Formats: sequence, C-alpha cells, structure tokens
Amino acid sequence: MTNPRVKSVSVAARAAVAELLIGEMPRRDLLIEYLHRLQDRYGHLTTDHLAALAEAMKLSRAEVYEVATFYHHFDVVRDGETPPPPLTVRVCDSITCELAGAKELLETLRIALGDKVRVQAVPCVGRCEVAPVAVVGWNPITHADATKVQQAVANNETDAPLPDYLDMSAYRAAGGYRLLDDCISGKRDVENIIATLENAGLRGLGGAGFPAGRKWRIVRGQAAPRLMAVNIDEGEPGTFKDRYYLERDPHRFLEGMLIAAWAVDIDRIYVYLRDEYAALRVVLARELAALRMAYPAAPPMELRRGAGAYVCGEESAMIESIEGKRGQPRLRPPYVAEVGLFGRPTLEHNMETLYWVREIVERGAEWFAAQGRNGRKGLRSFSVSGRVAKPGVHLAPAGITLRELIAEYCGGMLPGHELYGYFPGGASGGILPASLADVPLDFDTLNQYGSFIGSAAIMVLSEKDSARDAALNAMRFFAHESCGKCTPCRVGTAKASALMEAPAWNVPLLKELSQTMMDASICGLGQAAPNPLLTVLQYFPQEVKSK
Amino acid sequence: MNRDSIRFNLDGRDVDALPGETILQAAQRHGSPIPHLCYKEGLRADGNCRACVVEIAGERALAPSCCRVPAEGMKVQTKSERAITSQKMVLELLQSDMPEQAARADSELDFWARKMNVGAPRFVRRDEPAPDNSHPAMAVRLDACIQCTRCVRACREVQGNDVIGYAERGAIVFDFADPMGESSCVACGECVAACPTGALLPVVANNQRPPETPRRDAVAAAQGATEVKSLCPYCGVGCQVTYNVVDNRIVRVDGRDGPANHNRLCVKGRFGYDYASNPARLTQPLIRRPGTKKSVTNTLADFREASWDEALDFAAQGLLRVMKEHGKGALAGFGSAKGSNEEAYLFQKLVRTGFGTNNVDHCTRLCHASSVAALLEGIGSGAVSNPVSDVKYADVIIVIGANPTGNHPVAATFMKNAIERGAKLIVMDPRATELARYAIHHLKFRSDTDVALLNAIANVIVTEGLTNEPFIAARTEGFEAFRDNVLQCTPEKMAPICGIDAATIRTVAHLYATSPAAMIFWGMGISQHVHGTDNARCLIALAMMTGQIGRPGTGLHPLRGQNNVQGASDAGLIPMMLPDYGRVNNDAVRHRFERLWGVTLDPKPGLTVVEVIDAACEGKVRGMYVMGENPAMSDPDLNHARHGLAALEHLVVQDIFLTETAALADVILPASVFAEKTGSFTNTDRTVQIGRAALTPPGDARQDLWIVQELARRLGLNWDYAGPGAVFEEMRQAMPSIAGISWERLAREDAVTYPCETEQSPGEPVIFQDVFPTESGRGRFVPAQFTAAAELPDKEYPLVLITGRVLEHWHTGAMTRRSAVLDALEPEAHIDIHPEDLAALGRKAGDLLTLETRRGKVTARARPDIGLARGTVFMPFCYVEAAANLLTNPVLDPVGKIPEFKYCAARIA
Repeated sequence: MTNPRVKSVSVAARAAVAELLIGEMPRRDLLIEYLHRLQDRYGHLTTDHLAALAEAMKLSRAEVYEVATFYHHFDVVRDGETPPPPLTVRVCDSITCELAGAKELLETLRIALGDKVRVQAVPCVGRCEVAPVAVVGWNPITHADATKVQQAVANNETDAPLPDYLDMSAYRAAGGYRLLDDCISGKRDVENIIATLENAGLRGLGGAGFPAGRKWRIVRGQAAPRLMAVNIDEGEPGTFKDRYYLERDPHRFLEGMLIAAWAVDIDRIYVYLRDEYAALRVVLARELAALRMAYPAAPPMELRRGAGAYVCGEESAMIESIEGKRGQPRLRPPYVAEVGLFGRPTLEHNMETLYWVREIVERGAEWFAAQGRNGRKGLRSFSVSGRVAKPGVHLAPAGITLRELIAEYCGGMLPGHELYGYFPGGASGGILPASLADVPLDFDTLNQYGSFIGSAAIMVLSEKDSARDAALNAMRFFAHESCGKCTPCRVGTAKASALMEAPAWNVPLLKELSQTMMDASICGLGQAAPNPLLTVLQYFPQEVKSK
Repeated sequence: MNRDSIRFNLDGRDVDALPGETILQAAQRHGSPIPHLCYKEGLRADGNCRACVVEIAGERALAPSCCRVPAEGMKVQTKSERAITSQKMVLELLQSDMPEQAARADSELDFWARKMNVGAPRFVRRDEPAPDNSHPAMAVRLDACIQCTRCVRACREVQGNDVIGYAERGAIVFDFADPMGESSCVACGECVAACPTGALLPVVANNQRPPETPRRDAVAAAQGATEVKSLCPYCGVGCQVTYNVVDNRIVRVDGRDGPANHNRLCVKGRFGYDYASNPARLTQPLIRRPGTKKSVTNTLADFREASWDEALDFAAQGLLRVMKEHGKGALAGFGSAKGSNEEAYLFQKLVRTGFGTNNVDHCTRLCHASSVAALLEGIGSGAVSNPVSDVKYADVIIVIGANPTGNHPVAATFMKNAIERGAKLIVMDPRATELARYAIHHLKFRSDTDVALLNAIANVIVTEGLTNEPFIAARTEGFEAFRDNVLQCTPEKMAPICGIDAATIRTVAHLYATSPAAMIFWGMGISQHVHGTDNARCLIALAMMTGQIGRPGTGLHPLRGQNNVQGASDAGLIPMMLPDYGRVNNDAVRHRFERLWGVTLDPKPGLTVVEVIDAACEGKVRGMYVMGENPAMSDPDLNHARHGLAALEHLVVQDIFLTETAALADVILPASVFAEKTGSFTNTDRTVQIGRAALTPPGDARQDLWIVQELARRLGLNWDYAGPGAVFEEMRQAMPSIAGISWERLAREDAVTYPCETEQSPGEPVIFQDVFPTESGRGRFVPAQFTAAAELPDKEYPLVLITGRVLEHWHTGAMTRRSAVLDALEPEAHIDIHPEDLAALGRKAGDLLTLETRRGKVTARARPDIGLARGTVFMPFCYVEAAANLLTNPVLDPVGKIPEFKYCAARIA
C-alpha cells in the first residue's frame, strides 16, 4: 500500500487542488505557481491543501513543505494554528522607508488596524522614491501614512492599480519591433548585433556587470537546447529601475528579449518577476499574450512569479526557483551559461540589460559608449532615494559623481538636509561618506573604497541619519533574506546582527567574521553582507563605540 | 601514477589527484586532511558547511574543497592564513549554537574544532528548539543541528524516502514539520547514520525498558562495543550489518558495504534486533503436560521443563513410534527459510535419511513455489537472472505484484535511485504501492487478471513487430504455440477483463520491448494465485520474446521474501527435489545422493506444505518435526491448518518463542536466533553470505544445528559435523553451483555469488548470457490462458480480500512483534479499505471492522487506503489477534502447489 504513515488527505482538499489544476497535468517546475493559486484563493496554505497538492504532483510532503515555507509570501498554517486575517498590510522597513518613518508607521498601523488586519514589516518593496510605502493587499500606498492606509483598508482597495504604459500597438506605431523583424527576416545578422553590444560596452545591469555581448557569445556556443531566464526579481533595497521602465515601456524590454533569444537561438524563455510587482504581473501577462499572437514562431515564453525571496535575484537561486524549488544558489562551477535551468545552457539577464538592446543597436555602439562622464562609458539608470529633493529613476551618464547626480538630476538635497553619506549600490554596496561624493559612479570604480555600484541604487543619508543604524538595518535584512544554505551567511548574518545590536561593537570579531563571510559564502548575498558594516567601521568610526 | 591523474600543487608540494577526485579527497589521501562536516562519503557533496574551504590561486573567493576537482597545475592552499581563518570561523559559528552538553561524544564538529584549536565560541547561542522524542527508535535534538543536510540527502537521495525536508531558511523538518514519530518516516535510520553531531540519534531498542526510564542513546551505548560482522536476519535482500554488542546485547546495528546494501538498512535491519533478548524467549526444553488439549492458545503452563536429553529422547522416540506404527510416509518435516543453508541442508537430509521420506518442505511453498515451477520449466533455473543492483543498468523497470518499499525496502532504494537517474518505472499492481508514486505508468489492473494483462502486452509485441527474432530463433523454443495463443489476446479484448485500456497496454508494451535494457521484478502478487505459475510463465515469455534477458540490466527477478528462501530451496528443502534441484524421481540424481549420503532414498516425491496439513487432517501424516516455521499462522485457512497440526500424534517444534505452532507441540526445543549463530545465507541475488554469531543463546537454548544433529543421532544417523563449516563443505560436494565457494573463502570474502563452480571463479551475478540450463539449452515458451480465481466475489461475499505484509513486520510476526521498536511502530492489526468504501459502510478510520469469509472471521481496525481499488480490502497476516489466514482460501495452484493468498471473497459484517 501507499506508506501507511502518510496521513490521509481530506476529500475537500483533494477537490480543491483538482480544481486549481484545471485539468492540467501537474508540472514539477510549477509548484510555486500552484502554491500561489492556493494562497491567492484561500489566503493561506493549510497542510491539508499541501498534502493534496503533494499527492497530485507525486511529490513528497517534505518537498512541498520546504518550498512553501522558504518563500515569505506563503503562509503555511499547520493543524491547530490560526490562519492569518484575510488582509495583510505590508509595511516596508528597509533603509529608505526607515529614513522616512516606517517604524512609526508600523507601530501606528498595528494599533490602528487591530487584529482584523495583519500588519507585517517587510523588506524593500521597490518604491523607495515614494517612501514610506505600505502595501494593502496588492495595492501600494505611496508616501504612506496611517490615514491613507486605513482609508484603503476601509474601502477595500486592495488591488494594484495598473500603470499607464505603452502597449503593443502604440509601441509598434512608434517604430517598435522593426529591429526584431529585421533580425528575423535576415536583414540583420547575429554577429553584427553581438558586436554592436560589445562595442557599446553594455554590461549586465542587475549588478554584476558581466559584458552582455560576451554572454550571448558564450551561451550561443553551448549545445542546444538553450534556455533563457530574465531576472525581474528586483529586490536589492533601494532599487526600482526595472519597475520604472516596465511601468512605462514594457515592449522595449520584450523586443530586446526576443532579439537576444534570436541571436542566441533560445528554445524557451522564462521571465521571473518579483511577487511585489503585482501590477506588472498583469501588464506582462497581457503583453506576453499579445507578443505570442504577433510572433507565433517565437520561443515559448513563460511568466513566473516570485514569492518573496530577495535571494532569488541571484541568478542560480532564481533558476532553482523557476524549477519550482527553494531559491538556494548553486555552487559554481559549473556556470549558468553552461549548466543552468533544467541542466541546460542558460542565457540569464537582468530586465534592464535587454531594455537597452534596441536603442543601442538602432543608435549605434558609439552613441551609447559616448554617454559616459569622468572617463566612463554609457548610461546608468540610478534609482535615487533618501534625502534628496527629487528622488526617482534618473538616467545619467555612467561615471557621474554623487555630487553631480544630486545637483543635476535630483534637485539637490532635501531642504534642511546636508549630505552625510550614501549607499551607492543598494544595501549590499556598503555606505560611503560625503567625502567620497566626487568619485565617479560606475562598475569597478568603487572597489578600492570597499564598495560597489551594483544595481545603481543610491540611498542618500543626511546628517540627521545614522550610518550605523542603516548598516544594522542592512545586516538584519541579509539575515532575514539569507537562504540558509551556507554557514558563513546563515549563521554569520545572524551573529553579526546580534553583535551590531550591542551598544559597543566587538570590532575585531566583526572584522574576522566579515572576512569569512566574504571569503567563504556561496553567493553574493553572504559575500557582500558585511559591506555596510565594514564601511561604517572605515568611514563612520565616530558612530561606533568599540569594545 | 595513474595515467589520467592530475598533477596539482597542494600546500607547496606537487601531488596527483585521481580522476574525479576532489581536492578534499586528494588532500586526505595525501595525508593532509581538511576539516569538513557536510561532506560524507556516499552522499552527494553539497558544499554548504564551508568548513573545507581552501584558497585556489587566481580565484577571488575561497572554494569548497569537497566540490572542486583540481585542474592540472592548480595551486591550492589548504593551510594559508586566509583558508584557516575561514575554516576555524565556520567551526566556531557552528560551535556557538551547540547545546552545552554535546549530543554525542564523537561529534564530528567537536572533533574538528579540537583539531583546529577553535577556542570557546565568542558568539551568543541561538534560540534552541525543544527535543522531539516522539519516535520509538530515534531521538531528535535539533539544538545540535548544524544544517549540513546530510540527513536530508540520506533520506531523499540515498533511501528515496523523502521524509526529511529543509524548510524555511534552515530548519530540518519531517513532512510538514511534524514530530518524527507522527511523520511518514519509515525509520530506515539512514539519517541517524548520516548525522555528524547527534542531532538525530538512534536509541537502544530495548523491550525490557520500563516505560518511565530514559532511553539510552545507542551511539553512546555502542562505545567500546564488540563489533561483529554479520547479516540482517530479515528479508531476502541480504544486507550486511555490523552488530555492536555489549553484555550479550546488540545495542546498535550499522550497515556494512555489502553488495546488496552498500551500507543501507531498513527499519527491521537497523532497529529490529531486540527480540533476541525478549523475556518470552524459550530457554528450556518443554514437554507437553499430559491431559492438556492442544490449542494455539496453550501457554507455558501447558508444558513442563525438561532436560535436553529427556526432550530430545522424547522427540525422537515419538517420531520413531509414528514411523514404526504408520510407516515412513506418516512423518513430515517443515524446515525454514529463516535458517542457514547448513541448517536447511541438514534438516532435509534428516527427513530424507532419518524419516526415509521426501515429505520435507518449507515456507517457500507459500511464497514463490509457482514462480520457481515456471522458471524451472521455462529457463531451467529457479533463481533470479540478474541481481537487484542491475537496476543501475536498466532503462525500464517493471515491478509487478510486489511492494518493495514495504517488503524489500533496501532493494527499493536502489530502484528509486535508478529512477532518479532516468530509468522508467512501470508498476503493475491492483494496489497503488508506494513505488507507484515513482512510476511513469501505474497499471492498476483488476486483481486476478494478470494473465489477461500480460498476454495483451505480449500480443502487442507480436503484432507490432517488437519481438527480438534473432533471440527467439537462437535461444528459445515453443514460440509458435505461444504466439498463436497470445494472438487471441488483443488489448481491446483484454482491456475489459483487466481494466487497463488498450492504449496504455500498447504504450507499456512498446516501452518494455524497445528499451535497450529492461528488467522485471515480481513478488507474491504474481505467485500466490491458483494461476500463479501461469502468471510467471507470462513474465518469462515477455523477457524471452524481447531478448530482455542474459544481459546486465535485464532479466527476471522474483524478489525473495525471507533471508534464506533461495538458500533453503537450493539446499533441498523441497519435497520433489534434492539439493541443487535434482528431482528425487530422477534415478541418476538420486543415486548420486545415495552414494554421497550412504543410504537408500525414497524415489517418490513428498508432500508439499499444504498437502502435509491436509494429510495431517486426514490422519495420513501423524508425526512432524517443524524447525523455525509457523504454519499455524502462515498457512491458508488456519482453522483447518491448526486442526491438522493439533491432530498430529507427535509434533516436535524447534523455535525461539512459543509460537502458535509451538503451542500445538508435544515437545518444544528452544533454539537460537539469527545473531546467536554462524552460518551461510543466500539472498535474492544468489549471493552466498556469512552471518556470524554475536550473542550467546539465553538459558539452555541451543544452536539449531546442534539440535538437528542431536535429533538425527537419536534417529540412528551417525552424524558428527564439527560446525557449519563442515556442513557447508559437504554441501559443496553435493551442489555444483557452489562448488567453488569454500567455507574459508566465504569467511574471507563475506559474499560470493553463485553459480561459482571453481575456486577461481568470481561468481556470476548475471546468468543465461549464452545458454539456458535446460536440457536443450533453450528457453521454453509456455502459453497461458486467462483463468479466474477459485473464489470470486458474489452477493454473499462481495469483497475481494488480498493478504500481504507491512514494512515493520516480517512473516508471521514471531520475531518482529516481539521487537520493541517494530511493534511500537505497527502495534495492531488493520484492515485496509478504500476510503469511499469505508464511508459507504458508515464507518471511519480506526473503527473496528469484522471481516468474514467462508472460512472464518477476524476483527481489526479500519485503515483507509486510497491506493486500493473499490471493493478490495487488504490485510497483513502477521497479527495473531486478527490472523488474516483464518480467512484465506487453501486452494492450490496445480503446478506450484501454492495457495491463493492473494484472492478470496469476503464481506464486512
């Protein structure tokens, strides 16, 4: 018989799962999608539902449970536990929102909304330019205060409003997809396109900065079938550029994506979107459908939905997640380009990298390369937030300095605030002092300062802020988001948080621990986690009483 | 130096790495070990703990040496300041979260922390989870967990049990974070064997522990234990084990790297050994008190203690009296498939030369007699063609009428590994067994319709040109008649009979026939039918018509139920066959044994198990010697069987407990358990292995071999075997198949697979490569027609009853029900029933149901099983309090003489 120790599944749960599968043959890689369907429908995941899903998918219970509990957006309710209230208000408590008063907002809302609504502190929701942000259901409340949130709750405004974006026909009317058509019809050749990207110096804009053209060449040289994965799991605190572009011009990205797929001869495309971007999920689902209609010969395109895990922004963790597993990074070698999704060679790109393909090819490599400043080449989309007058995504020359960026693009500092320091590359890029505001901002230029530009998420601190608090906020974030696989990161981030909470820091121990986290962690999360802490020690020693 | 080896620089000296060897392994081999925790030989390297990180020249970060293979010329520093800093920091981070009192004295974390001079941890300890003592065999102390996932890999990747998960961001869980004892854990213990820190710990199985006393940690208890290399006493897989013995008790069992188990064990093999010290063990010879009425409910009070001399004399005289008064044919003996080859051999020799009859049989009759009959007839050998481990070469694996995860759990793990590697599993079974979850096709055919289904598959193979014509032409005979027969059996015609649609039958036929290598496993779902021999004939035909036999990863494998079914049959515990399957009515064979044994042998085949019982009921058999068998539980229609046994004038029972059969005895001879004896055993793969004594028998219990020999002497046989080795050496002379295996060789090599005719031969795991051992050298097709079971459901008895086993209990439960852990895990009888049938009865899980057939009725708890077909119920036969065999139908397969345990009509009162 089936293992008698496996407790039986209720008839109702079996029926519920059968209903949500709508007659599909369950696919192992869609486990997270199925969990979303259950969570969306019932507001939480009961173990009975999980058991029924495991049965239907021929998976073990542990396999389902470990995936469900890995992702923060799933609420597993075990037998005898109380399900969460039907509505959740997520209050971002990452760095920029914290500067903007997230803590106070959280406390107020917890009291004001009572126990009918769950109020949850969550990491960056990718709307730092309008901090603080609270998300009511799926509805982001910008510049949130208790009144606005309460109003949304009272009016049951829980859906994400759709952005006013350029749709397929409008994009096409403005000259869109001509380049793709030229590629498909043979008017453009692959070598030419790749060479253009190489000459333009386009680098991966997710943060790692790997040259895009070279990546296409490498994956193209691998055995077929080759797959493609697009990373829109924009979770680095302070980063919101991908959302910004997709809310306006999604087809520019989609065209770039299909050009890449054409150039590398891709068999199937997976687009991985962070769960927080609910409106974009609708937009992309809609526009991908339009695209499939327009290009029936294009490779199959699947939109996949994250489930609340920062680490899935790491390329191999994202691949695991697309396969329906826990988002734990893989060890390298082998590299994703060689052995990636489902064991196949995989072209993995950040959304924005693909967004620039059309414009660079149309306007030429020289145009793009000529955009830099201070000896650097190209353009960068800076997500600027914090104590500036005009936060937002600012497209500026690569190599611009912070001082220039604030002055020329951000309308200066907020009135009454003076520049004190800044995160140049999200939480993981470390914190630089005002004295380093004249350093060119680009890939490779910040390494010598113990920092990096990463996704170009600039969070500006003023003299009213504490770098030490910001570093602790970052370390807590990393501890919360560590996937739990390797010791230096899983235990290291937790121990570092605890050490950083002490009034006086044990500096030698923190440094020793940081060294191991940087040297011995599996992925960038653990390797970069000590950056804020180390840069505080280096540039803001006055804030730290050491033991 | 190996030609393919890689030269690289390790800590300043040039060394070589073997192909595929990691930096960690190479460093270890070169005497420069690197600390490691999540890496364990035999598990996939995961590289998560980072204790083994090293510095590789030119790389930005440190690299996990357990996952990295050196490249030519690579410069690796394992002891640079940077590497050491991280190695030590990782150990310190993990140490800081350990409980004050180490969970186990030999924690690998402590070992490396000491070795690397890691001082007192400088970090604050995490919040620690509470211990979980919900499981009878294992303790869970996650405060000692270092999240290395060795248990997860052991549970999922080695054993394929998929119970342990890595939940949240680093929590070891069972199923849905259930207490281990309430989870679907099957207690194979692979996780406790894998755990480096004692977060998962085995506890000493002890059926004498008062309930309130604390459990003993088996790892600690085994410190300084005497280690005895032996075998598992249970199923036919034949796992090699090490017994850790302290004060004449087994405190822990570890798997060894045997050919059949590669360190793996199941719940019985790892935790089911304390029956040996059960206080109910028989320790004195017993003679029935005069005037007591024979009943299976007789207790020790119905017997009196006797000396060995008195008991043996009494036993022998009773047998001699029956022989004198009623002739040789009035005696019979049941040997056992649980005993050693030597015991089986001497037992049949005693019956044949001491009783002078061939009335000797054993429980193989009840499990695979029909399979053996079909195999002997078709391909000239009753043994398996390929070992279980050949699944690693198979592309397609068919499992029909077998439940390996329950009954051959360690074999099942290798099947699951093969599926993980990409082999396709086809399960054909009226029940959705656990393996069905892994199957690409589960053919849930109607119980009893095996022949219809298999003939339909054969039909597709013939009609769609999938036959292997060269193989059929060169290696077989009788194909035309077979083909003509299956041509009638189109999938469309058979589909309504077997309940499997024609398209699926076609798909499966194609898969099997066109696969580069396909293997068939079967169990008692095939054999225990009135058409059991026909069922097996069909399987043999499938293999031959497609040429799926005689190569690695192909062949026919009837999974053997007991540890020595194969050996006991080989040794001649069969009424119509002498050792090595020579027929008693074949003069040449018989004369050879007459010369060897120096006696005249009866040329008439003897009675089989069920026939002996029938003869006992009829007064034709009046005296019996039963060694280690329990027909009062294992035979069909127990009322009838027990009546027959009780009717005997003289019943000698040799056993370790007062079994239901012993309760009917006139004299009981207290014998020894597996771990108290040395002997050879032959597993399902034809591998002869040696079991070594680890314990001294309690009280005045004696070794079985000694008892058999003493009884033989009293029957006038002049035996003087010095021990199992002497018996085995005589067996080699009698049995060409094992002639090349000397006792000394067996003791040296621990395992040798037969056929092994010379001492130089390495043994042959895969047979029939060129020829079948039949007279013509060809395999023979035997057509089979679909026939129905003897007793079909009707208005009065509308249900179908299937009997079988459960994971934790073995055969009639004589041993396992007296083992603390096993009986705690499956303590009571149950009737498995489809949940909708149960609901239709207005009953729910756990309710008492009374199940009734024309032969008897039993009451047990309802257990819903969605894997059963509607209208079918299942009962394990190991529970004396609700003995399923009171219900079963004693009707026999005409060729194999096996009863139809797998099908009879029943009703729920």
